[in-house]
Amino acid sequence: MGISRRRGRAPSLEPVAGNGLINRRALLGQGIALAGAAGITGATGAAAEPLKDESWSLAFGEVTPALQTPSRFEKDVTRALSNPKGEMRNSHARTPHQLLNGTITPNALHFSINHCGTPDIDPAKHKLVIHGMVKQPLEFTLETLSRYPLVTRPHFVECAGNSAPMFSSVPLQAPAGMLHGLVSNAEWTGVPLSVLLDEAGIDPAAKWLVAEGADAQFLDRSVPVKKAYDDALVAIYQNGERLMPGNGYPMRLLLPGYQGNMNVKFLRRLKAIDQPAYSYFETRNYSQILPGGKTWRFHFLMEVKSFITQPSLGHLLKEPGFYAISGVAYSGNGRIAKVLVSADGGKSWGEAALQGPVAPKAFTRFVMPWRWDGQPATILSRAWDETGAAQPLRAEFVAARGQTKAPVATPLAFPNQHYNSVTAWGIDSKGEIKHVYA
Amino acid sequence: MSTRKSLVAVLLVLGAGAALAESPKLGRPISEADIAQWDIAILPNGSNLPPGQGTAVEGAKIYAEKCIMCHGDQGKGGVAPFYPALVGGQPLTNGIETSKTIANYYAYATTIFDYTRRGMPYNAPRTLTDNEVYALTAYILSLNKLIGENDVMDAKTLPQVKMPNRDNFILPYPDRI
Repeated sequence: MGISRRRGRAPSLEPVAGNGLINRRALLGQGIALAGAAGITGATGAAAEPLKDESWSLAFGEVTPALQTPSRFEKDVTRALSNPKGEMRNSHARTPHQLLNGTITPNALHFSINHCGTPDIDPAKHKLVIHGMVKQPLEFTLETLSRYPLVTRPHFVECAGNSAPMFSSVPLQAPAGMLHGLVSNAEWTGVPLSVLLDEAGIDPAAKWLVAEGADAQFLDRSVPVKKAYDDALVAIYQNGERLMPGNGYPMRLLLPGYQGNMNVKFLRRLKAIDQPAYSYFETRNYSQILPGGKTWRFHFLMEVKSFITQPSLGHLLKEPGFYAISGVAYSGNGRIAKVLVSADGGKSWGEAALQGPVAPKAFTRFVMPWRWDGQPATILSRAWDETGAAQPLRAEFVAARGQTKAPVATPLAFPNQHYNSVTAWGIDSKGEIKHVYA
Repeated sequence: MSTRKSLVAVLLVLGAGAALAESPKLGRPISEADIAQWDIAILPNGSNLPPGQGTAVEGAKIYAEKCIMCHGDQGKGGVAPFYPALVGGQPLTNGIETSKTIANYYAYATTIFDYTRRGMPYNAPRTLTDNEVYALTAYILSLNKLIGENDVMDAKTLPQVKMPNRDNFILPYPDRI
């Protein structure tokens, strides 16, 4: 756009929408542009103190460990647990989005749901069989799959019940990681499922695969063969290392953009059949009731969504001035095309910058420069994907999909499935942030 | 094809990474007979249901021994922490958060057999005999007033049980199937 990065040619901080949103072009050569910009002052204007050496610089440091873990100062950056006492029931761990940045979820913080605990699988004994309507049933091991030419792609995985507390008639006060913590994004490496199905010689009349895991319920889901030949993987690496146990070690089905539960973990069996099995999880949990009483089944697709992670509930804006509003956007349809941000509750919108490369069915981080004037503000984001699908506004979403009669009391509840409307954060004049509907 | 063109073609194939002309074929052939123990998925038409049978009267005794501690008396639930009820449930017109139970939600009775055999009891999966699973399935269907307490459930009768909510499902994305 002809924006020069030469010193002295800082792009103008032109307002792009109401309540302080700045044109995203100001982010090019950010440091220079902002430092030189009139109207954006330094932190507090208070004088800096003379520098001194700190204690950690004056002693020999810790020995380098074999497996490194985050700084002790980051000990609160953990997943939120639904079953902290380890009772014999399902257990969820939610990604703390409000404490993270970028697009890749670190493996230790990737969300995980286990309906009957996490199996302790010996990879040398684990087997995957492909059978049913095939010419030759085949058995694979982690060792044999590891010899195939592998492909690597970033993809989000999202529980169909992610964001479910937002079906509440009244906004539930919880941070982004509690409202939306059942989605994460990783770089997955694996064998294209189509390669394995071709090897077994799948019958063209087979329209479905029953995918089954090696957990204590042999969790199974019916998956269309169409998806298997589109972009499905049998994933054996997650962000470069073997899968985490809670994410399916040693191998999982990866169906980019489809309900997390269908991405069967601990994958041990794929049976080709001509009709869906109507398993428990597709029958009950992962289908949903619509206003009026009809029910959706085989929804599969996780539709376009975005939410702001910085700033969000749990953060405090200590003073007026410059802030970079940022968050994640993703769609099971493909790439994110556009994210708009509002700072005045949706009255006016400005287009956010997308941090590239923008990958299909993966997190894209958006950034929107903003000057907060210290007055109450309501910030929210809205995404569009490359198919033209728009993230629905709250009013239109509720009209189509409904909301609860009574307020939802806990972020651990699942009053319904497949919530993908907007998330708004209300900032008061003290800089404190609440969850609001806008 | 010129040398240059064929070189380009070779590079394109290599550049595609996974695009080998032929699969490495590292899968080991296995017979369906050797897969039999794993081949447990039951289809709505009753395909793959095992031999055996049971009634609700028989199932009630097994339920009292192995299920009641979680699912409560007569499947009414209410036992901490958070085990689901097997009966009751309001009409689905009551709201999007209506509790999904058997009679008000499930489309096929085969799902009950499949899931019970797959994962129940929660603390000891795969310990029930097929007769016990038929009996428990009959008991659950009977509690939901979908069959009589002496009706025999087996591979032939179970798929014939009419589930009230069966025709109430719609597909949001039929072209994805």
